[in-house]
Amino acid sequence: MQSGLERATGEKMVLNFGPQHPATHGTLRIVLELDGESVLKATPHAGYLHTGFEKLGEHLDYNQYIVVTDRMNYLSPLSNNFGYVLAVEQLLGIEVTKRCQYIRILMAELSRLADHLLWLGTAALDLGAFSVFLYSFREREKLYSIFEKTTGARLTTSYTRVGGVLRDLYDGCEEDVRQFVTNFPKALKETHTLLTKNRIWMDRTKGVGPISADDAISYGLTGPCLRATGVAHDIRKAEPYSSYDEVTFDVPVGTNGDAYDRYLVRMEEMIQSCGIVTQVLDNIPDGPVNVEDNKITMPDKSDAYGHIEGLIHHFKVVMDGHGVQPPKGDHYCATESPNGELGFYIVSDGSGTAYRIRIRPPSFLHFQALPHMLEGGMVSDTVAVLGSLNVIAGELDR
Amino acid sequence: MSEENQVEEQPKPLVLEKLEANHADALLAQDESRGTIVVVIHKEQAYAVLEYLKTDPELAYTFLVDVTAVDNSQMESELMQFDYARFMVVYQLYSYQGQCRLRVKVPVHENDLSVASVTELWQGANWLERETYDMFGINFEGHPDLRRILMPDDFEGYPLRKDYPLRGRGERESFNFDKQNV
Repeated sequence: MQSGLERATGEKMVLNFGPQHPATHGTLRIVLELDGESVLKATPHAGYLHTGFEKLGEHLDYNQYIVVTDRMNYLSPLSNNFGYVLAVEQLLGIEVTKRCQYIRILMAELSRLADHLLWLGTAALDLGAFSVFLYSFREREKLYSIFEKTTGARLTTSYTRVGGVLRDLYDGCEEDVRQFVTNFPKALKETHTLLTKNRIWMDRTKGVGPISADDAISYGLTGPCLRATGVAHDIRKAEPYSSYDEVTFDVPVGTNGDAYDRYLVRMEEMIQSCGIVTQVLDNIPDGPVNVEDNKITMPDKSDAYGHIEGLIHHFKVVMDGHGVQPPKGDHYCATESPNGELGFYIVSDGSGTAYRIRIRPPSFLHFQALPHMLEGGMVSDTVAVLGSLNVIAGELDR
Repeated sequence: MSEENQVEEQPKPLVLEKLEANHADALLAQDESRGTIVVVIHKEQAYAVLEYLKTDPELAYTFLVDVTAVDNSQMESELMQFDYARFMVVYQLYSYQGQCRLRVKVPVHENDLSVASVTELWQGANWLERETYDMFGINFEGHPDLRRILMPDDFEGYPLRKDYPLRGRGERESFNFDKQNV
């Protein structure tokens, strides 16, 4: 079979893909130079959703900024909340309670499931598999109910606080989550039967948009996209933060680094996340969810209303110059978000507002590597590759 | 920072030892902050040091995690430490082999905003450097395509500099809408 480039005739056409296109899932734009159906050159453009999150970080205090992190990767806001407060806590030099660590892991893994499910549904939908979209959204809806009951919101969760979480898990949360993780592998099996050995799905994704392990590292790919190339690197294993060293899980890897491997890696990660969630529920200790430091976390409402000290602490935490004030210095903290390495680099000048917050988004580097995967392929593969990378515009442009 | 500041009992991290042996003249400062080794490198030798860190088989910092900058113009203590260099270009590196992180900082003066580009070493540096240029105006020499990336091409100013106001400089008010005759 001839490759796309061998069929080329020399006549060029420029195709503008996005910023408004059903398959871009957000305002992304790619300028494709085509010869017939082969892609000669692809130029991705970013910035349509630039919101100045990093600038805002220099004007909001440390707890206020949690709200902004919801809007970065809006498919898994709980992971962003987690990554951000972890960076602030490491800068402060405090460690949250065991129960809080477990709750955060629980929520981060559930949001990984929700993120991968949305990715699965939309990536399959882009390639014409409509039923998968319905099945994955059915499961995702159950997760969103749990998120809503826990945090009070479906999307703008803002669940974590510096030194703790908004509130403890609700009564009956354990049953809800256990029920979900028991039924979920069966539901995922339905998707496996629909896609994994499906001739059309395999034709559209196998060998499409491949990248080698060396190139993936050079381009800075992380997360499932890196693991699909065969590099078994997961920050949860390499630099276990929170209590990730107390749970066991496998790191799935691919071999070819193509869209099909990225699909398989994400599918297996969902099963592994279910395992982590079960272990967390089995071992979650009792106790407080917030650190007992009145300079960092809010007191209980009963305390704030009933005691003068509680009232004073309540106000001091939110007053400028009296609340969370990390010592002077800088810190980079990376977490394994569903898409890859989500890093927060925070420079503190000792005040209640960060001097500089830098967000290292995984999608930014994934989108950059897109031409490498597309050039020489077919125009229809653009959709398959873009879908397999799961580029989130909110995180890409910040 | 002088040698005396180092704790004597602990063995020196390999990367610091090797940098002192091979690039002692480039090393302006070294520190260990919250488990991460931080080195401050002279601008002229930044490329050589980063290349060394990447290619040395024992160190193998093959993954360029991030490139960004910090405008230190409102942080007097940082300014004084590095000869009033306004900007600090910050590289985060990771070694898959040693599973460790390294932060490399390069002070840049406002009157000479050029730093050597590392796109030759890491393909991923391309957009990271473009963003740093877009936000701070740092000029990465040898970059193949140094254009704005997040802000529009005709944008003036560098939004993440400290003297740039949060609400902009009237770009919003003077935005040129296409007025159609409806």
